[in-house]
Amino acid sequence: MKRMLAGVLAGGLAGATGAQAEMLRIDWLERQVVPPPVLSNMQAEPATLGLDGARLSLADIATTGKFTGQDYRLVETVVPPEADFLPAAKAALADGARVLVVRAPAADLLALADLPEAQGALIFNTEAPDEALRGIDCRANVLHTLPSYAMRADALAQFIVTKRWTYLAMIEGTLPEDRAYAAALRASLTKFGLSLAAEKTWVFDANMRRAAAAEVPLFTQDLPEHDLLLVADEPGDFARYVAYNTWLPRPLAGSEGAKPVGWSGVVEQNGAAQLQNRFRDLSGREMRADDYAAWVAVAAIGEAATRTRATDAATLRSYLLSDKARIGGFLGRPLGFRDWDGQLRQPIPIVTERAVVAQAPFEGFLHATNELDTLGPDRPETQCTAFGGAK
Amino acid sequence: MIRTLLLTTLLASPALADEIWVTNEMDDTLSVIDVDTLTVKATYAIGERPRGITFSKDFKYLYVCASDSNAVQVIDPDTGKVLHDLPSGDDPEQFVLAPDDRLLYIANENDAVTTVVDTQTRKVVAQIDVGVEPEGMGISPDGKVQVTTSETTNMAHWIDTQTHKIIANSLVDSRPRHAEFSPDGSELWVSSEIGGTVAVLDAATQVEKGKISFAIKGVRAEKIQPVGMLFSPDATKVFVALGPANHIAVVDAKTLKVERYILVGRRVWHMAFSPDQTRLFTTNGVSGDVTVIDVASLEPVATIKVGRFPWGAAARPTP
Repeated sequence: MKRMLAGVLAGGLAGATGAQAEMLRIDWLERQVVPPPVLSNMQAEPATLGLDGARLSLADIATTGKFTGQDYRLVETVVPPEADFLPAAKAALADGARVLVVRAPAADLLALADLPEAQGALIFNTEAPDEALRGIDCRANVLHTLPSYAMRADALAQFIVTKRWTYLAMIEGTLPEDRAYAAALRASLTKFGLSLAAEKTWVFDANMRRAAAAEVPLFTQDLPEHDLLLVADEPGDFARYVAYNTWLPRPLAGSEGAKPVGWSGVVEQNGAAQLQNRFRDLSGREMRADDYAAWVAVAAIGEAATRTRATDAATLRSYLLSDKARIGGFLGRPLGFRDWDGQLRQPIPIVTERAVVAQAPFEGFLHATNELDTLGPDRPETQCTAFGGAK
Repeated sequence: MIRTLLLTTLLASPALADEIWVTNEMDDTLSVIDVDTLTVKATYAIGERPRGITFSKDFKYLYVCASDSNAVQVIDPDTGKVLHDLPSGDDPEQFVLAPDDRLLYIANENDAVTTVVDTQTRKVVAQIDVGVEPEGMGISPDGKVQVTTSETTNMAHWIDTQTHKIIANSLVDSRPRHAEFSPDGSELWVSSEIGGTVAVLDAATQVEKGKISFAIKGVRAEKIQPVGMLFSPDATKVFVALGPANHIAVVDAKTLKVERYILVGRRVWHMAFSPDQTRLFTTNGVSGDVTVIDVASLEPVATIKVGRFPWGAAARPTP
């Protein structure tokens, strides 16, 4: 055993015994919002959406830390809807927060990122899909683990091209999220050589639980012939009542039907079943895209800390933005961060309630360096300059 | 059980030949391939989500990890019947049988534990805390050191089989799937699926002495995901299954240079040599088949349809 002992010392990874464990503090900072009213109240948002993903991931990286002699701590700050976000954020930063996993709308996220005391911090956006945060409003101290509208829309457009569905129509809601997603879908269709034969805006305020069967056929009757009906209804308000009630029997995609998402409880390939099991054990529910965005943010932090043996935000950031980062995310490909806008490059599953229909990027959509970069703004297209601009 | 009955009746007098046994992960079955005719001669129903598979040294018993049944099943290979279950801990994925033919080291994927089971007393001897999602299981030829790799912790954990304590941890690239000692015990090879590499560790110091990367013309780097590995019978080559790259790499065990890539079925997981060591059988998960490679020419010579998502393979000489 002497030989082994020598090896242990040489290897330098003898577990935490003896060695002083380094502590890496990770902050969970959440701005709770009151969701917009929707026509069906049957599915409530879990109170710990996102946070459960961060908690699970912390347990995962803490197990790794036991063997590397690194210690992790999750400090949770949840700001209720009626309270102010910025004072809570400032308090966390004053308390020593340097690596923050944030669940907050774009405006709050930007206000946090622009605080003088947040310069040099490393902030992960796990909730806001807005394009501008990865474009004109990007910040060097913010990385994004939730896919943008554009990434999800590009994934769906690739899927439509693969299916050779040529004739498309779209119904969009009136909320800002609906409009943003619809705009992203339009842009993606153009990017991949598709076009919309018709568009309509959903303006009804009737209670669709009673009237869907009567109203949706009429609403969709004047749409021209189409293979697929796109719906942009991000809060899940009306689109569920469109399914099976359209004038022509056509499949739906977008916010209902075949949905491009960052994650879903039906993802099971590439070892995902193990992650889903662990998540279900912890939270008693299915893992959603927001949970995954938080999970993968903490997993990326852990991976960077393990590989660099560092705990400071600057070292972690530069590792994550480098080619060296190959993060395992149960989606079948190594994940990394784009060094032009800080977005996590990730495959996008296209899911129904019960199965993964397909996963983007698809075969045939080529890219000079990484096929994952066919989803969302690529280096030459980026409007972000905070990361040093396009190289 | 009706399915098993029917299938065995159809094969009233199976010809005696060398066999390759394959676990079909999504069918809950075993396929038995006749090595002479290269056909499936029997299919047996077993526990849920079968993955790891290995024979006892005398080939009287077949051990299978039935992951979703939370058991290691012991099967009589002459009849295909499950004789009994071994306690395995939760969600056993992969295991390795000690050279003493008695202790099984089992990776419990959901529990971050390696479970040691005595196949004779059918009792759990020890449980060792390892990293998150243990999977790859290797054991040194002298049986003194067992290595468990953990997929999410990205480590090879070196376990002393006398004390059942971890004696060292080696950090490797992302998502280590398989650990294989060289036949002389001097090296440990670890494949990293997401890292896309194979690390060669010095078994005496547990320190990395080499790393192998792969590049196949026309195949994206992200699709090259090394999983199963097998040393050639003469120990000069290592065969590495590259997952969704749909190729087996043939690596020179000394120079660590890749000599050749062999095209096989889709998403290749694991491999087994025929008992006479002239042929290599690969399990191709997505295409649901097994590719047969001629070891002398390194050419694929046949494809055999098996069940859904074939995962592991093990060889049995003519009974």
